[in-house]
Amino acid sequence: MLTPELVLDAVVQAAPSATEPAGLLPARQQMALSLGWHIVLACFGVAFPAMIFVMHLRGIRRQDANALTLAQRWAKVSAVLFAIGAVSGTVLSFEMGVLWPGLMGTYGDVLGLPFAFEGLAFFLEAIFLGIYLYGWGRMPPGRHVLMVLPMALTGIVGAYCVVAVNAWMNVPTGFRIAGGEVTDVQPWAVLFNQHAFLQFAHMWVGAYMVAGFSVAGVYAVGMLRGRRDSHHRLGFMVPFVFASVAAVTQPFVGHVLGAGLDERQPAKLAAFELAETTENPSPLRLGGVLVDGEVVGAIDIPVLGSLIAMNSPDEPVPGLDTIPEEDRPPVNITHLAFQTMVGIGTLLAAGVAWFWMQRRRGHDLLRKKWFLRAAAAAGPLAVIALEAGWVATEVGRQPWVVYGVMRTPEAVGDYTSALWWLLGISTVIYTAMTVGAVVVLRSMARRWRGGETDLPSPYAPEAQEASR
Amino acid sequence: MSLEVAVAAAMFAGVIAYAVLGGADFGSGFFDLTAGDSRRGAELRTLVDHSIGPVWEANHVWLIYVLVIWWTGFPESFAAAMSTLVLPLLLALLGIVLRGASFAFRKYSATLGQARMFGVIFAVSSIITPFFLGTVAGAIASGRVPADGAGDRWSSWLNPTAVVGGVIAVGTCAFLAGIFLVADAHRSRLTRLTEDLRTRALAVGLATGAVVFAAVVPILKDAPVLGDGLTGRAAPLVVLSAVAGVATMVLLWRRRYSAARWPAVVAVAAVVSGWGVGQYPWLLVGEVTISEAAGAPATLQGLLVAVGLAVVLVLPPLAYLLRLTQSEAWANH
Repeated sequence: MLTPELVLDAVVQAAPSATEPAGLLPARQQMALSLGWHIVLACFGVAFPAMIFVMHLRGIRRQDANALTLAQRWAKVSAVLFAIGAVSGTVLSFEMGVLWPGLMGTYGDVLGLPFAFEGLAFFLEAIFLGIYLYGWGRMPPGRHVLMVLPMALTGIVGAYCVVAVNAWMNVPTGFRIAGGEVTDVQPWAVLFNQHAFLQFAHMWVGAYMVAGFSVAGVYAVGMLRGRRDSHHRLGFMVPFVFASVAAVTQPFVGHVLGAGLDERQPAKLAAFELAETTENPSPLRLGGVLVDGEVVGAIDIPVLGSLIAMNSPDEPVPGLDTIPEEDRPPVNITHLAFQTMVGIGTLLAAGVAWFWMQRRRGHDLLRKKWFLRAAAAAGPLAVIALEAGWVATEVGRQPWVVYGVMRTPEAVGDYTSALWWLLGISTVIYTAMTVGAVVVLRSMARRWRGGETDLPSPYAPEAQEASR
Repeated sequence: MSLEVAVAAAMFAGVIAYAVLGGADFGSGFFDLTAGDSRRGAELRTLVDHSIGPVWEANHVWLIYVLVIWWTGFPESFAAAMSTLVLPLLLALLGIVLRGASFAFRKYSATLGQARMFGVIFAVSSIITPFFLGTVAGAIASGRVPADGAGDRWSSWLNPTAVVGGVIAVGTCAFLAGIFLVADAHRSRLTRLTEDLRTRALAVGLATGAVVFAAVVPILKDAPVLGDGLTGRAAPLVVLSAVAGVATMVLLWRRRYSAARWPAVVAVAAVVSGWGVGQYPWLLVGEVTISEAAGAPATLQGLLVAVGLAVVLVLPPLAYLLRLTQSEAWANH
């Protein structure tokens, strides 16, 4: 999705410096668009199978017809989402080579192994998706429901592998550079690099927030429109429970992930915190932008910056002035994106905590319109937080593609500014795919509400009538 | 077999699997496109959905498998091919994106109008994608990708061998799809459709066979390294492909639909293997050999571990899925 941050990114940097390759900025925007689009679907690939499994199992165990209906519908929705996720994932594997031959040619054998295992995991996920989707009514129910489990597991493995590569880009390891050549390559050290696990945990929990809040939101909208039956309550509750656990866990995971960032990537931390100079103790700087080296429009909360970022009341956040100018990331995008993520994450965590506290006291917030509206907004908000988080970490790593080792301009292919055309065409295609997906998913929901179950293929007028 | 040749063989096994399994999927777009108007074509289009719906995502992963092994095992040659062949690759990618998305959208369309629009996009992109992937193969096989990646971005794939490669890819896909669709139709007891598909599959098979063997002429002239390989080391594979192709046609003629699937697979696998064996030991013909292109040995070993795991973990469920979709119970549902 084209988040405001990405647009801002484009606007702010539309005037590249003279030394920058003409293809660099369009290549970066291209990657941002295709990754930003794919990551939303990837979240469903990681988190949706577990929700379907729980729903399907409930249907079988308790003979719950509502649950079975929901599981079957979700499976059909996931078929559409996984299909476009599979192609947008393929786009990325092409773009790795087409846009970034400098990175892949030099470090392909260093960073490649996790991708091999990711491919393996996705292979299994695709196979079991096929078996599960087309197995309705064709397999014994007990065996059929178990076909979801491999999907849930492989979604996790695949996400870990991809995030491991990104973690490696942040904290490179598993090779040496001797005389300008990459030597002593240890691919397993990349797959199991120290940073990968925490970064994965952050992404994994985030995926449950995105998928959980988005699916729950659909049923919140239904309830707002007066469809307050047990079908809608169940459709809301199962994903909302997943999302709730994820949302309250996420702030802690994020905090632990951030520990030590001052040593790993001091420039990124300084940009997150909008620390122009080293202040002791550092304030927490809410909002604000850097204009000509001055912080404008920020609200400072004293000491809190040191407490949160450094886990200490008096240790300062190292300022941008300690970092050579050519090694600084675009500060404003990084800062605003980071705070967008943290702000939304905090809001969602507080919201679900409030819901469950009220429920313990016997107040059912699902009866309140304002809560349902908020629940409907939570899905899009979680998506924005996810996008903002990726913008923050990726833009914050600039100007490096592999931190401290390879600069992004060295990685990009030899293109002229004609590469902007590719971005233009891609934007049109991704917009069309988004519209197509929304139209098709909404029409599926409409027909289900109308009492259809099978959604026959409407390839000819009479075929439409002839099939059940 | 050296480590790097083992990895290259594993990668090429992925190419063959993609050509056979992905090819049958792609080719169904040809039959979908030529199925006639919505009234006449509805039955065939429903059959296409039914046949490739469960498997297309799994079949598609072979492409990702090949790309990943390539960039991990032979990174510099990957970067070179991607840089030189950026145009056909992006066009193939466009086809992949449009095809996958519109296939899913069509299946759940609400109206005939929507289904028709997504159907046309699906069918057309199913044809252009193998064409451009075929040109990529032809460009590499005719030595048009220099090791530094600075090859011409147009003439590298707009030349006799590359275009022939594209046409062969489209043809073999349609050939395979015809055989599989007619077998599916027969299993589903769609008698009229079976007869109709049989006629068209025979025509497609004859045309594809003619193209494949006529292609030897431009290849010998335009791509001498590959030509030498095809007439020398890979000659048995070429012969095998011809025999299997003829066997497929005979079985199809005699309405032995289920049996015809096996020689069809052998024919296509043999053609593709002929290309691989024909250009061995080159990875980028005339530029880089497999052993010269190889990345770090530890990574190659890691890749072989991944491939071994794939054989153990992926192949059994894949076989289960394919068996399910090719079973009687599945067809009669």
